[in-house]
Amino acid sequence: MHKLSSWVAIPLALGLAFVAACSRSDKGKEDGDAARGGPSPGAAAAEIKIGQTMPYSGPASAYGTIGKLQTAFFKKINREGGIRGKKVNFISIDDAYSPPKAVEQVRKLVEEDGVLLIFQPLGTPSNTAIHKYLNGKKIPQLFTASGASLWNDPANFPWTMGFNANYQMEARIYAKHILQTRPNAKIAVLYQNDDYGKDYLKGLKDGLGDSAKLIIAEATYEVSDATVDSQVATLKGSGADTFVNVTTPKFAAQAIRRAFDIGWKPVQYLNNVSASVGSVLTPAGLDKATGLMTVAYYKDPTDPQWTDDPGMKEWREFMTKEYPEGNLNDGTNMYAYIAARTLMQVLEQCGNDVTPANIMKQAASLKDFAPAQLLPGITINTGPNDYLLFEQMRLARFDGKTWVAFGDVLTAAK
Amino acid sequence: MIPAASLDAVAPPRERALRVPIMLAIALLLACVLPFAISNYQVFQVTLVIIHAIALLGLNLLTGYNGQVSLGHGAFSAMGAYTAAILMDRFHVAYWLTLPAAGAVCLVAGFVFGLPALRLEGTYLALATFALGVSMPQILKYKHVEEWTGGVQGITLTKPDAPWGLPLSPDQWLYFFCLAVMLLSFACAWNFLQGHAGRAIVAIREQPIAASAVGIDVPMYKSLTFGVSAMYTGMAGALGAIAVQFVSPDSFSVFLSISLLVGIVVGGLSSISGAIYGAIFIQFVPKLAGDISKAAPGAIYGLLMIASVYLMPSGIAGGLKKLAQLWRERARRSSTQDRRKHA
Repeated sequence: MHKLSSWVAIPLALGLAFVAACSRSDKGKEDGDAARGGPSPGAAAAEIKIGQTMPYSGPASAYGTIGKLQTAFFKKINREGGIRGKKVNFISIDDAYSPPKAVEQVRKLVEEDGVLLIFQPLGTPSNTAIHKYLNGKKIPQLFTASGASLWNDPANFPWTMGFNANYQMEARIYAKHILQTRPNAKIAVLYQNDDYGKDYLKGLKDGLGDSAKLIIAEATYEVSDATVDSQVATLKGSGADTFVNVTTPKFAAQAIRRAFDIGWKPVQYLNNVSASVGSVLTPAGLDKATGLMTVAYYKDPTDPQWTDDPGMKEWREFMTKEYPEGNLNDGTNMYAYIAARTLMQVLEQCGNDVTPANIMKQAASLKDFAPAQLLPGITINTGPNDYLLFEQMRLARFDGKTWVAFGDVLTAAK
Repeated sequence: MIPAASLDAVAPPRERALRVPIMLAIALLLACVLPFAISNYQVFQVTLVIIHAIALLGLNLLTGYNGQVSLGHGAFSAMGAYTAAILMDRFHVAYWLTLPAAGAVCLVAGFVFGLPALRLEGTYLALATFALGVSMPQILKYKHVEEWTGGVQGITLTKPDAPWGLPLSPDQWLYFFCLAVMLLSFACAWNFLQGHAGRAIVAIREQPIAASAVGIDVPMYKSLTFGVSAMYTGMAGALGAIAVQFVSPDSFSVFLSISLLVGIVVGGLSSISGAIYGAIFIQFVPKLAGDISKAAPGAIYGLLMIASVYLMPSGIAGGLKKLAQLWRERARRSSTQDRRKHA
């Protein structure tokens, strides 16, 4: 009996197991189909299950505050009775900013927890990784926290909608402002040599349209470069009088300082990515940054003109009561709050039909929604063929202390 | 009915030797039934464990058996993954054919990297490999390779369906596919280590001077080990790309290299089965840590890691071995007592 074992037992066991498995698996497959095609997960349940992946650990963990704030937000909503009597079960889990981990966690949320939607997963790479999967499963990938232009493609990816004002849109606003104020500008662009930089450049050129020849100089840098000094010198040498600065915080600070130090005084547009007073303008030198323009669509918590504003007061009260560990000077907390309010609006519009399909439908029918934390005049509008939330922005100028919004609301032509 | 424990004590060595194959057969049987007992998502998770295990086995050959510390094996994982992804995406090569290709690319890359790296010992080698791990994500974003690698955006792949009309879901099929690759690679590694090469590799770790004195070509063997190790990790990378259906530079951050190293130390250095325990650890423990505390998952993970190393200094594999030994000894003692009583 024992002699039989070693070499016979293994293949035998394998074979038996396989036969047993195959005969069972038909049933398994049917179960799977039923789960996929049957009633939508959690539709009739007394709670609304929402999933989210966030980088609570890893290189982008500073953004984890978005998930923490939103967890606090839905806790407060539940305490106040939920949404139309339904409690929100908000499951926000760590993906460490790793795309494979995001795939795994999102699969868990969808297949094990049965969430109705995935709300604000963060980062372009992680969102790309789950893009196809969620669209295949017909689960909304709602309000992605990424500025790439990929998320506005309702024809091919009807289950994905971005939240951020996207990079191309922002660049078009700068183009519009340049054309309005100085149609004969000579434009120099500095941009990061990757998708993010190229998205901006494309937006700028699209926005300028026939006047794209106004761009007389372009320079790029790699993320791995030490400085952008030589690029700034080249741009100055081109004789440009307008500088569009499409850089991430470290390089933005360098470029602003360098331009000032070598005596180049163009009209400067700084991309919103680097609009932080604390981490960009202060190291660059506040005096050197005075006069810079950027765009804004929500109220800057550090801007004194909003001190007594009701929207700002509401936010500040929420922060101190519900999320006291959050930073009151961090614009990211404002962003997270507005996104959560927007989701609330979508869920309220759903009425009693809280299903993935209806959530997506309602998200694509937001009309003039304007949470009080947005700048006056900015509203959120979407449609079945228009998944862009923010098509309007206002320009803001740095006065040496803070960003001051000025001028009318600008709408980017599509 | 004789209790199993007393069988141990009286069993002749031949029967004792059979215990391992029987246990292996049972484990295999369980592994084959498993995907039908759990959900597709769980099958996917177990598949990831299998993939980690293959990568860890590769690193263990290098670090555990040969004593060369690598902090950059994530880079080989990336190479394998991108080889597979580019072949599938650009050249429409069948997914299973990308595995040997990924293995070959990494074997060569590892061997070539191993040649100069040999001059470096211990911490210096660790630094050199660390540099490789750190630079890999940026190399993948480099503008001249961007056309192939897809830059920051990465490459999205399609999950293969089960062939020959087998009634399996794609997740289940991929599980069996990875399981087969794992069994094959474990068998090869076992064979490799049992033979002349295996003894040479361990000898180099223990006494490099003595090893070269008895005629072992130390540089050759070190490079070879580096190559083979990279090949395993690269194949795991390729499997990972197929299973996750996506590759991007951010998938292969330096943290991946470090967690591979954590895996082999926690699982058990110089132990083939340790790769599996280590894989289970790096797959599930970070998540467990995240469940315990959202504010400081890293700290909890660190604590769990320290606890496991403290309690099982020779890894989980070593710890289990020790437990089994203790248990056997106790059984032997009690059975001799029994016999004395009967006498």
